[in-house]
Amino acid sequence: MIQARDLTKDYGDKRAVDGLSFDVRPGIVTGFLGPNGSGKSTTMRLILGLDRPTKGHVTVNGKPYREHSAPLHEVGALLEARSVHTGRSARNHLLALAQTHGIARKRVDEMIDHVGLHEVARKRAGGFSLGMGQRLGIATALLGDPHTVMLDEPVNGLDPEGIQWIRMLLKNLAAEGRTVFVSSHLMSEMALTADHLIVIGRGRLIADASVPEFLAGASKPLVHVRSPQGEQLKGALASPSVTVAVIEPGLLEVNGLTAAQVGEAAAAHGIVLHELTPHQASLEEAFMDLTRDELEFAAT
Amino acid sequence: MSAIASPSASSRERVTQSRVIRSEWTKLRSVRSTSWSLLAATVLTIGFPILASAVISAHWGHRSPGERAHFNPIDPALVGSQIAQLAIGVLGVLVISAEYSTGMIRASFTAVPMRLPVLWAKAIVFAAVTFVLMLPAVLIAFFASQSILSRHNANIAFSDPHVARAVIGAALYLTVIALFSLGLGAIIRNTAGGIAAFAAVLFVIPPLMNVLPASWNDAASRYLPSNAGRAILSITHDSGSLSPWVGFAVFCGYAAFTLAVAALLLVRRDT
Repeated sequence: MIQARDLTKDYGDKRAVDGLSFDVRPGIVTGFLGPNGSGKSTTMRLILGLDRPTKGHVTVNGKPYREHSAPLHEVGALLEARSVHTGRSARNHLLALAQTHGIARKRVDEMIDHVGLHEVARKRAGGFSLGMGQRLGIATALLGDPHTVMLDEPVNGLDPEGIQWIRMLLKNLAAEGRTVFVSSHLMSEMALTADHLIVIGRGRLIADASVPEFLAGASKPLVHVRSPQGEQLKGALASPSVTVAVIEPGLLEVNGLTAAQVGEAAAAHGIVLHELTPHQASLEEAFMDLTRDELEFAAT
Repeated sequence: MSAIASPSASSRERVTQSRVIRSEWTKLRSVRSTSWSLLAATVLTIGFPILASAVISAHWGHRSPGERAHFNPIDPALVGSQIAQLAIGVLGVLVISAEYSTGMIRASFTAVPMRLPVLWAKAIVFAAVTFVLMLPAVLIAFFASQSILSRHNANIAFSDPHVARAVIGAALYLTVIALFSLGLGAIIRNTAGGIAAFAAVLFVIPPLMNVLPASWNDAASRYLPSNAGRAILSITHDSGSLSPWVGFAVFCGYAAFTLAVAALLLVRRDT
């Protein structure tokens, strides 16, 4: 369980995190979404006590992170920036961290096997590929068998097999009753794994909702209609609150009416329909809609 | 990667200072550059005195009686510590600055969010390693160099006045150098900056004191870290320097102050 209240962080004149309040609950995967530079990594650093908030506070499993006597058993974290001495082997890196909590060597070796780094465990971490670095970071996060797992952009640099593995891992960790908090700037990735979404932009909270709620709130009904009498149908549907776009001859995209309303209007005018498909806006589109105004550097 | 369910840890123990010390010992010995620097420091501490004594011994016949009278046999024995302090100082800075440059510090402070146990553990481990390596090194350097000088009866004995204190003092001096440089590294958090600060304090500021009026220079110079610290390496006392243990105490004071500032900043600063 992570609880942030009015969490705010300034770096000089720049406000990186602005009055964030949210709860991350156990037993589900909570996605932490926002464009690059929106304050996700800063928020995670505040949660871990690496940076101190300018205002507000955040607790993990009921206490500020710094007050836990065995923090690696409370929270396992993978930070976006690498946090490994490049001259040390993966095994010694994990061992040094394990020793702070009296965690056995056996556990270190188990975690190395668990993330598939057995072959390179004795090689310098500085020579690792991005994907291997991510695996080492995940081994570090899971080392203490923590109640809460927090991963910043975990799929970065992973191959498709690795991405698949992360998705399964996240779901399993949540199924084991843990709190799972995962950041990403890719909505599509979250759509596959998250149960709940916390969306931020420019350090401010934009949405805090379950995935279905988020979709329902963000999207207007959208219907694709195929008809040999396209022009006639277009006229029949015309109204100020409805927009109809012709995608190709005979295929219309109707915005602002449900599939049932379109079907009824066609029947009333005796228009033949070959296809009538309701579309929900994708998470990606919903995310883009929500964060369009919040992008720090909007592409022009 | 076949197993998806994460294996669970058997025990849930808390962070203690002694565990953090064990962790820092693992960190120190598992980076190759550290081992090489320590080996270099040990070799230099032993090798230079042997070389210096051999050169002095070979040219002994060319020395005037006056030069022979002024010759202090402890000087070649401890010349290696002058060079070793550079290796120890650089390593002391690196022990913490490399954690900042690689990002390891985030992992360290995530495991030990109280932070101070990390600094104390680094200080204890690095000081202990330095002393354990340097004490035998200076002893070997002393006995090897004196046995070379004994050909011309130019040697002194370990049991002569102040000699044991000076030789063991060299190891103590290097140990405090280790703590002082660690403190600088923790304050500056940057390898190049930390090494520059260390070199400035030890090697650049002392000669700069000569631009001061002589009376000021005489009054202030003896309190500089390097001059105060090296008083313990001397078996002759001149009026321009502090007495050995007072000088050493002043030097320890500098190291303690540096570490205290480092500790204060470590707890307050973001990482």
